[in-house]
Amino acid sequence: MSVSPAGAVLDVPAPRGDRPARRRRRSERVGWLFILPATAHLALFALVPIIFSLYLSFHEWSSPSFLSAPFVGLDNYRSLLGDDPFWHAMWNTAYYTLLSVPIGMAVSLALAVLVNQKLRGMNVFRAIFFMPVITSWVAVSVIWITLLSPDAGLVNYLFELLHLPKQSWLDDPNAAMFAIVLINTWKTAGFSMVIWLAGLQAVPPELMEAASIDGAGKWRQFWHVTLPLLAPTTIFLVITGVIGGFQVFTPMYVITEGGPLGATDVAVYHIYQRAFQEFSMGYASAQAWVLFAVIFLVTLLQLWFIRRRGESNLV
Amino acid sequence: MSRKALLGALRTAPTYAILALLGAFMLVPFLWMVTTSLKPSGTTFSYPPDIFPTTWDFGNYVNLFTLAPFGKYLLNSVVVTAVTVLGQVAFCASAAYGFARLSFAGSKSVFVLFLATMMIPFQVTMIPLFLIVFRFNWVNTYQGLIVPGISSAFAIFLLRQAFLTIPRDYQDAARIDGASEWTVFFRIFLPLVKPALATVAVFAFMGTWNDLLWPLLIARDENMRTVELGLAYFNVTSSAYQQPNWPLMMAASVVSLLPVVLVYICAQRYFVAGISLSGVKG
Repeated sequence: MSVSPAGAVLDVPAPRGDRPARRRRRSERVGWLFILPATAHLALFALVPIIFSLYLSFHEWSSPSFLSAPFVGLDNYRSLLGDDPFWHAMWNTAYYTLLSVPIGMAVSLALAVLVNQKLRGMNVFRAIFFMPVITSWVAVSVIWITLLSPDAGLVNYLFELLHLPKQSWLDDPNAAMFAIVLINTWKTAGFSMVIWLAGLQAVPPELMEAASIDGAGKWRQFWHVTLPLLAPTTIFLVITGVIGGFQVFTPMYVITEGGPLGATDVAVYHIYQRAFQEFSMGYASAQAWVLFAVIFLVTLLQLWFIRRRGESNLV
Repeated sequence: MSRKALLGALRTAPTYAILALLGAFMLVPFLWMVTTSLKPSGTTFSYPPDIFPTTWDFGNYVNLFTLAPFGKYLLNSVVVTAVTVLGQVAFCASAAYGFARLSFAGSKSVFVLFLATMMIPFQVTMIPLFLIVFRFNWVNTYQGLIVPGISSAFAIFLLRQAFLTIPRDYQDAARIDGASEWTVFFRIFLPLVKPALATVAVFAFMGTWNDLLWPLLIARDENMRTVELGLAYFNVTSSAYQQPNWPLMMAASVVSLLPVVLVYICAQRYFVAGISLSGVKG
């Protein structure tokens, strides 16, 4: 989960001190005491690692001792440029993101519209659609590997009943990524559904009434009134979805191990392998920073695109 | 049934049909998990698939604890999750209160620092974080599993927003009565943000219980594995060396899911509140 911080930093009025000087000095100390544990934690387990990671990316680090890490300048970044498997993994990551974000958003929006109706039993359906969200990726993978088994899986059995050709799913290099996208949609749609729901419930009913008086059918109301009003939610889901898509790791680790034939080898899985299987931690750190740079650029590009379309008030 | 009620039922019927279909799509995998876990250990799948076992066998739930140290995995998960949840609530609530309610030099810049770290993905910090924990000799320890996740910038952010909504008068009134900052915090403010605390606890619980990547790096020793990691090892090792024992793994999945489902049933609205908040405030 990520939250864009910029819009959210609210200003707190400074307390008016009675007995100014002494009171303020005391409150200074108390204030720091309150934030001290979390700040110390932040420094040691977030700031130091970030700086350390940059340091690593300029060193060749491949043994568990800190002392034997020679400085190699930009070498890691340079050899990364010609590293085909890495760019193959980056391409897979982009492919996964391009597939999973729109499919996931469309499915979750449909779910949200369905359960947003004022009908009996909607709470039950919301709870059902949310069930996969709370399920761990490992359990999901155990379930879906068996469901998608080419010769004994329930899904292929269903395909046969419907006279559709059976698929090899996770065993087929051309289909494996798509299968993971489907599993991911099943697993995460309920999460986005809740966010869409919050957006839908903020749409003023008067606007829908006005549109319906003007003769707009349900579909046109949705397309021309509801969807434009949901723009902030859409933007939020696209931006966080793309960031999340580029950082995908767990499904590839537990379901396909990057295979078959590297078809689902995504950036983070690749980095993980480099760092923790081959112990090339300097090189892997450089890869992580390149991934971060790509995510950052893609996010900036999206923000620029949204601004250019004149929706600057939304970002 | 009156004519009107009949018409209403007819109009809503397609909606319910679609919902039922989608509901089945969401639920059948869970049903499959539970029924497969009750098939005799080592059963291979037949075709066409039998959803329900021919002989019901609860043996997998026993084997889980005899063939693998699954009880130890559970204990590890409970310890790691409980301490992380308590730690996050304590650390983050006090920090959030400091940022929202106390004014002191540097508070704003430190807060911005917290927000900034939220934008750096875990993948960037995971390698050095591992090296730091390795340096502390914390590999294969509870500290190693717990301490890096015991505070969260996101939780601080969420709780700070909650503290900001409380009127100043509460703070002033208590101060005039001579209450110390700690008393104001504990006795007045914490009870007022209970829903936000519950949201943080629920998120910390779910994130920690279901986490795989960090335990994967830290718990090298079999006895330190969490439930998630134990389950993942069943999966990874069995597919490489032998025919996976699916009924056993399904039983393990069911056991790993139970605590989460239980918490979800009790705290459903805090899940939803937290997600909506992160979406709307974003």
